[in-house]
Amino acid sequence: MTNRSLGSQILHRFIKHRMALVAVVMLVVMVLLALGAGLTPYSPTEQNPANPFQPPSPQHWFGTDELGRDIFTRILYGGRVSLMVGLISTMIAIFLGVVVGALAGYYGGGTDNVLMRVTDTFLTLPTIFVLIILSAFLREQPYPWLKNSVFVVIVIIAALSWMWTARLVRSLFITLREREFVTATRALGGSDGGIIIRHILPNCMGPILVSATLQMAFAIILESGLSYLGFGVQPPTPTWGAILSTAQVHVYRAPWMAVYPGVMIFITVMAINFIGDGLRDAFDPYVVHADKK
Amino acid sequence: MFNYTLRRILQSIPILFILSILLFALVRTAPGGPLATAYRNPNVTKEQIEILKKHLGLDLPLPVQYVRWLGDMLRGNMGDSIKFRRPVSEMIAERIPNTLILVGVSFVITLIIAIPVGIISARKPYSFFDYTATTLTFIGQSVPVYWLGLALILVFYVAIQNPFTGKPLFPAGGMRTIGGEDSLSDLAWHLVLPVVALSASWAAWYSRFLRSSLLDVQHEDYVRTARAKGASDRVVYYKHALRNAILPLVTLIALDLPSLFAGALFIETIFSWPGMGRLFWDAARGRDYPVLLAVVMIDAVIIIFCNILADVFYGVLDPRVKYD
Repeated sequence: MTNRSLGSQILHRFIKHRMALVAVVMLVVMVLLALGAGLTPYSPTEQNPANPFQPPSPQHWFGTDELGRDIFTRILYGGRVSLMVGLISTMIAIFLGVVVGALAGYYGGGTDNVLMRVTDTFLTLPTIFVLIILSAFLREQPYPWLKNSVFVVIVIIAALSWMWTARLVRSLFITLREREFVTATRALGGSDGGIIIRHILPNCMGPILVSATLQMAFAIILESGLSYLGFGVQPPTPTWGAILSTAQVHVYRAPWMAVYPGVMIFITVMAINFIGDGLRDAFDPYVVHADKK
Repeated sequence: MFNYTLRRILQSIPILFILSILLFALVRTAPGGPLATAYRNPNVTKEQIEILKKHLGLDLPLPVQYVRWLGDMLRGNMGDSIKFRRPVSEMIAERIPNTLILVGVSFVITLIIAIPVGIISARKPYSFFDYTATTLTFIGQSVPVYWLGLALILVFYVAIQNPFTGKPLFPAGGMRTIGGEDSLSDLAWHLVLPVVALSASWAAWYSRFLRSSLLDVQHEDYVRTARAKGASDRVVYYKHALRNAILPLVTLIALDLPSLFAGALFIETIFSWPGMGRLFWDAARGRDYPVLLAVVMIDAVIIIFCNILADVFYGVLDPRVKYD
């Protein structure tokens, strides 16, 4: 192999993973669709009682819902919310997981013990059940900032999904902290913070990125599931899960309503899963070789 | 082994303890708390609420209330449902068998699909079968269970009719035909769609996992040794490789069992299946906190139990793993 930087090697291996590349294109299309939501001539929330339950037509590509709203427009706006909830809750969860995992793995001993017991406690929570209770509970609190259901959903999903990253980062730190480069930095007088952030963390980026993709697919499915059950983002804000939830009620009258939001969730989650697969192979070439031997 | 199991069980007690404090605090700080219905009822006067509070011990300090509540829970008394005014334990006992039927059947179907698919895929990796199976598993992993349930209703209830009777091919909900005979075939007929929806993604995960686990094991020294000794391909495969490859799968399944209940929450909601999940969903909509608390505590116990089970299984099945 010619002399190439680690980064470009990883990029090269990722590009060779054909499905991952297709998945990137699909995800970009999803994001562009969501960003271009304002370009349709309809409003996502304004009701038009005169034409409910229109089947798909050149005017309304995906038909209209029970309140006469254009489903295509609602799905595009819903994509904004669903993707944003997925992305932000993933970022918070990964951040929390990295902080907890890095501290536990680097310092070990009592710190590790306390942090891992907390992690274990969170891992024994039945996620979806606790999410529903929290969502129901928080919505009844008398604080106006809790009335923003998008915010609440982001926070509670992040609060219940950082543990896997924490465990992963901890195990990476435990092996890396004994390596020569860490000892060398310490001998040169490097501070703990500097060693953690500048020396160990960059070596964990691969697994963390892969875990982030899994996390994001999980978050999108959770958000849609919560909204579908009526405990996620509240109407009239559209999200894919919320649209699916109303579709369920009218499944006999307007079956097309149930098709599109599900397809959007499915395509997005599958694209993210493929990207995760591609990243895993790109960062860990050994896995591919072992597989193809 | 016995000591290890015992220690794990003892270790889980503090976790359950912390969990119970958290959940208790959550329920007691909810607006109205356990007296929510009394507050909402305009016919109940302030004095009556005070009497109720005294009667239920709600005027005592919170720690005292917690200890009393914990004592009740340990004795299996989970309080009364706010909405139905019935003991929660009674309501849950009614629902548990229904959920176990749904989850149990789905679980068996999952394994019946996943294990052969995983084995065939791994025996001939990168064959036509393997590529088809891999594509299907990726689809299975990405389809949200609630949408799959809805799509199945759409296809097999709304779109396709039974050509002989003109009625829908499969029922869209419930556990038994109302007014119909209480037969096993009727139950099976109602089970088809929920079970397919619940099993699909699990079958996808497990077949994929077994495939990669089998591929890993093939390069182990003991497999090469078996081959070198002249054991036939079949023997090497099923006696040496499969046995070892299935170990991590057993652990994974034990760890995953609780999430089958989470999946059942969606499936029971969609198909109006009268199980724990449906009970929980109804209770959440009515803010029936005693019911919610009981279901979550039961689920937490199941999760902890399954975690211990996974570790113990691993120790029993794999002699290389030693617990002190």
